[in-house]
Amino acid sequence: MNQNAPNTNGFLLKVEDLKTYFPIKKGLMRKTVGFVKAVDGVSFAVKPALTFGLVGESGCGKTTVARSILRLIPVTSGKVTFDNTDVLSADKLRMQNLRRNICLVFQDPFGSLNPRMTVGSIVGEPLKIHKNVTGAGLTEQVCRILSKVGLSTDAINRYPHEFSGGQRQRIGIARALILQPKFVICDEPVSALDVSIQSQILNLLKDLQDEFSLTYLFIAHDLAVVQFSCDIVAVMYMGKIVEQAPVGEIYSNPLHPYTITLMSAIPRLKAPGRPPKKQTVGEPPPMAGQPAGCPFHPRCPFADGRCLVENPTLSPVPGRPEHLLACLHSK
Amino acid sequence: MSSPDKLLEIKGLCVDFFTEAGIAHAVQDVSFSVKKGGTFALVGESGCGKSVTALSIMRLIPDPPGKIVAGKITFNDRDLLGLSEKRMRAVRGNRIAMIFQEPMTSLNPVYTVGEQIVETIMLHQKKAEAEAWELAVEMLERVRMPNPRQRISEYPHQMSGGMRQRVMIAMAISCRPVLLIADEPTTALDVTIQAQILDLLDDLQKQNQMSILLITHDLGIVEERAEDIAVMYASRIAELSDCPSLFNQPLHPYTQGLLKSMPRLGFTEKRLYTITGVVPDPLHFPSGCKFHPRCPIGCNDKRCQTIEPVLREAAPARFVACWYAPGYEKPDDPKL
Repeated sequence: MNQNAPNTNGFLLKVEDLKTYFPIKKGLMRKTVGFVKAVDGVSFAVKPALTFGLVGESGCGKTTVARSILRLIPVTSGKVTFDNTDVLSADKLRMQNLRRNICLVFQDPFGSLNPRMTVGSIVGEPLKIHKNVTGAGLTEQVCRILSKVGLSTDAINRYPHEFSGGQRQRIGIARALILQPKFVICDEPVSALDVSIQSQILNLLKDLQDEFSLTYLFIAHDLAVVQFSCDIVAVMYMGKIVEQAPVGEIYSNPLHPYTITLMSAIPRLKAPGRPPKKQTVGEPPPMAGQPAGCPFHPRCPFADGRCLVENPTLSPVPGRPEHLLACLHSK
Repeated sequence: MSSPDKLLEIKGLCVDFFTEAGIAHAVQDVSFSVKKGGTFALVGESGCGKSVTALSIMRLIPDPPGKIVAGKITFNDRDLLGLSEKRMRAVRGNRIAMIFQEPMTSLNPVYTVGEQIVETIMLHQKKAEAEAWELAVEMLERVRMPNPRQRISEYPHQMSGGMRQRVMIAMAISCRPVLLIADEPTTALDVTIQAQILDLLDDLQKQNQMSILLITHDLGIVEERAEDIAVMYASRIAELSDCPSLFNQPLHPYTQGLLKSMPRLGFTEKRLYTITGVVPDPLHFPSGCKFHPRCPIGCNDKRCQTIEPVLREAAPARFVACWYAPGYEKPDDPKL
């Protein structure tokens, strides 16, 4: 279906030094007194037909990255290139074109579907807006995508409340895929679903990726889900990527203390190769008053004087060009 | 059949909700017991009846529309369902305490956390106000709240999710309950905070000799923390067992499916196992075994389609409600 245009640099999406700051306004004159650095210098690149995972705890900036890529919120600085187009400087027409190729699947299957619209009009709306398809042609395409995501075509005249969480998530996926995008951002697509439904949706996303050679940006907090779904994983902490590596590498050889903490904290069924349990201390500090130096130092068991002042940069681990790490203690 | 090591015993509990669309059988014939000082896990997907079971123990089922229509709940040799509301109030929050999933909605936003903890203490214990405040500070220290003396006069919105859950736990343990019902205590929290809260509950359990009834959908937590487990499906217990045996060899097809469908760290299969279909609606349960439309073994079996299996001992101390489980082989059912 989708022909991913061969890209000069081999990447479909490239994010360079992306910064999204939210101003903190105080007082009568609403003076800007500081910034919440929600995304603070994030760089990564996604190859076509692969899944890039963004992992981290709530508030670490994963969703803000996704929204910044789509320019749903104003970006402070940085560069986003999608398919050889500069996203952040694109004009309205170009942006519309881009949004046809980058679609979003949301976390909450209850909040993201309009309860007053039928499933047919929810799924068909992007087609109407972007491609001016109406009438029988529209119905036909909606039916086709609904059967692709595993829903019966009589869903078309029903309303979202008649469906369960898993089915609603399928509706959301159908809406994202109807424009035949190249790139799909899945923002916590299964975290609101029951266990027995999660695996259905994860398999569906994989099947659709194979069929349409889709590229995913997969945002999640569940490391086991990420391991199943992603090819490359980036771990975010307080607006920064602290470690990034291919999925096999990061799970067998996590290097950043935060990644190790995350992995050992997850209560998971017994599985081989699980790192031993570590006591985690503290909570992430508030985003507004970020500590100087390495953002993880207040919770890090290895932090020393250098970590309090120096801010580590993301750089390759010696001997492993694909494994990037931002830690002053890496050797 | 009261045994000395059983703190709480539930027998044949049935809870119905009388709604405009019909009667929903939210809990059907649920029986289990919680040992003194032990952790019992009640596991299931949303809508399976695990929270309703917990609320029944606290006698907090909203009536109407809900009603406990049958069953017996024995706590410390006392029949909870027969107690007057006044007597029940002395048990609730005092001997049995509960913590909820969403700490923000269960705390009152217009009172400081201190006032809320002190209220619980003064309601159940004869203590002067100053004493109660001292105890509240001590409780916050016990749940490892940073700066308890300062935090005690703050409002819930000034705290993070993890700290709010600590306040909830401090409030729950302030009267030294012998049973703590934890209803999805960490679902709303991040994983690193979740691990801290669960460790804290473990420590408090050891210090206070407290039993915990842990309600969760996360089998990973259960394997790490609980001794006994009941898996609920569509208002009934599908499987009741001690934890190690259940995780080693699940007997009910639903439990087997659940365990297989979870993505695990360290496993690298290309596709996940899926349980087909969806959880049935309590107003329109399927006939026979409620799991049969989704069951890989029994979906075409006449017996599974028509007669509902009851919980039966399949192996020593292991109970399963499935026609295919061992112990069901003998055609001892008169209807067959």
